Amino acid sequence: MRRRDGLLWLAPVVSGALFLALWEAVRAASGLQSWILPTPGEILAAAWTEQATLLAAAGRTAVGALGGFLAAAVAGLVIALGLGGARWLRTGLYPWLLILQMTPVIVLAPIIVLWAGPGLPGIITVTFLISFFPIVGNTTQGLLSADAHGVDLFQLYGATRLQEVRLLRLPSALPYFLAGLRIAATLAPIGAIFGEYLVGNEAGGTGGLGFLVYSYNVQIKIPALFATAAISCLLGFVFVAAVAWLNWLLLHQWHDSFERKDR
Amino acid sequence: MPDQPPIVQFRAVDKRFGDGPPVLAGIDFDVAAGEFVSLIGPSGCGKSTLLRLASALSPATSGEVRVDGTTPARAREHLAYVFQEPTLLPWLTAARNVELPLRLRGVPAAERQARARGLLALVRLGGAAAYYPRQLSGGMKMRVSIARALSREPRILLLDEPFGALDEITRNHLNEELLGWRAKAPFTALFVTHSVAEAVFLSSRILVMAANPGRIHAAVPVAFPYPRDAALREQPAYFAKVAEVSHLLHAAEGAAA
Repeated sequence: MRRRDGLLWLAPVVSGALFLALWEAVRAASGLQSWILPTPGEILAAAWTEQATLLAAAGRTAVGALGGFLAAAVAGLVIALGLGGARWLRTGLYPWLLILQMTPVIVLAPIIVLWAGPGLPGIITVTFLISFFPIVGNTTQGLLSADAHGVDLFQLYGATRLQEVRLLRLPSALPYFLAGLRIAATLAPIGAIFGEYLVGNEAGGTGGLGFLVYSYNVQIKIPALFATAAISCLLGFVFVAAVAWLNWLLLHQWHDSFERKDR
Repeated sequence: MPDQPPIVQFRAVDKRFGDGPPVLAGIDFDVAAGEFVSLIGPSGCGKSTLLRLASALSPATSGEVRVDGTTPARAREHLAYVFQEPTLLPWLTAARNVELPLRLRGVPAAERQARARGLLALVRLGGAAAYYPRQLSGGMKMRVSIARALSREPRILLLDEPFGALDEITRNHLNEELLGWRAKAPFTALFVTHSVAEAVFLSSRILVMAANPGRIHAAVPVAFPYPRDAALREQPAYFAKVAEVSHLLHAAEGAAA
């Protein structure tokens, strides 16, 4: 079995190829029109003809997603420090944060446009609202999960509150924060596209991928719509890969989630 | 120094958590400077709680605890604690872990690095300074943990079953070395253990405790002179002392009502 593990990376390639072949076969056998079910080839062709539009749109969406993601990371960390540091803040604020998280963003869209304005500020706000909660929840949990004997040790050795947070609680919370970031990274591009769809089409709309979804749908350019979906996936992948890299950079030397080299 | 006051003093100390039954009752003992006192007793006799009282991690319910002539909280400056688990910060290298207490005190980086190097050499881990805790064995982690405690140059070292999780061979080695480190950096030791053999090997005095409520059942002086080495474990007098303490420990367990 051991020797075959080396070829394991081929498995998703093979399953992907099989899926595409099946797709082509279903289309050929069913006789469906291209505007109902385009073939992978037609989608690729559409992506090629629309490449300038798609890339420009992906760039704009990336800006919105990154803005919302970074805002969520910073605000999430700050809010978590508050929640983790004071019990009264935790009990006082957490239920309301949860309720905010439960509120469908689509309901808030008109209010967001009204307050943040259409275009990028609104898109960033929507992305932020969708992606900040996992960061807050995870990081708070991490700050509270510092080893009890470690806390004793800091107390015994006369650490100030600030030293305890900086040298013990924050590093303890780092893996949790990164896990939150990973969830947020999958949500941020979705949030940005959703935001563009909701609030980006108003006057001065920025024409990101969310706008293309709207526009291609109206024009019944269905292969291009599929291409937009594929580009969205790619954007999400870039976000997740960036966080995975950050996670590796910060944890691989000491954290148990990474294999030891000497094992 | 004539009539030096005891460095640790428990006077009629009771401890209970909330409305629960007493964990410790009528604890009364002194530790003189330079002594190595072990606390031994059945699980739940409050040995660890006693160390927590001595270090102000937990307050006594009644009675008085004095350390170094003052309250436990004020005496902390001269005290270090070794927990049952090594309690190393996993994101710091061995050297940075040893430096930690000095860092908390605001000792300049160059000075604390030099001292950490010296301490790691003392515990024979000079080559492992850059290793992270997960790269170290259980025994090595405990060496780092003790080096970290010694970085404070403590007058009093509290040790809560530090070698309980180690195999007997490693434990024996660490017992011998602990006495060696104490000869180089003298400290008074209050040592909690489950092992009679370990207590006899290390201590100048053993306090045998009984449970429900936790109390001191007997105090046994151990007169073997220091320095002690592995050869002590082969002497009849050592066996006799182990037998004596084991007998008292059984009696203490019988006394638990």
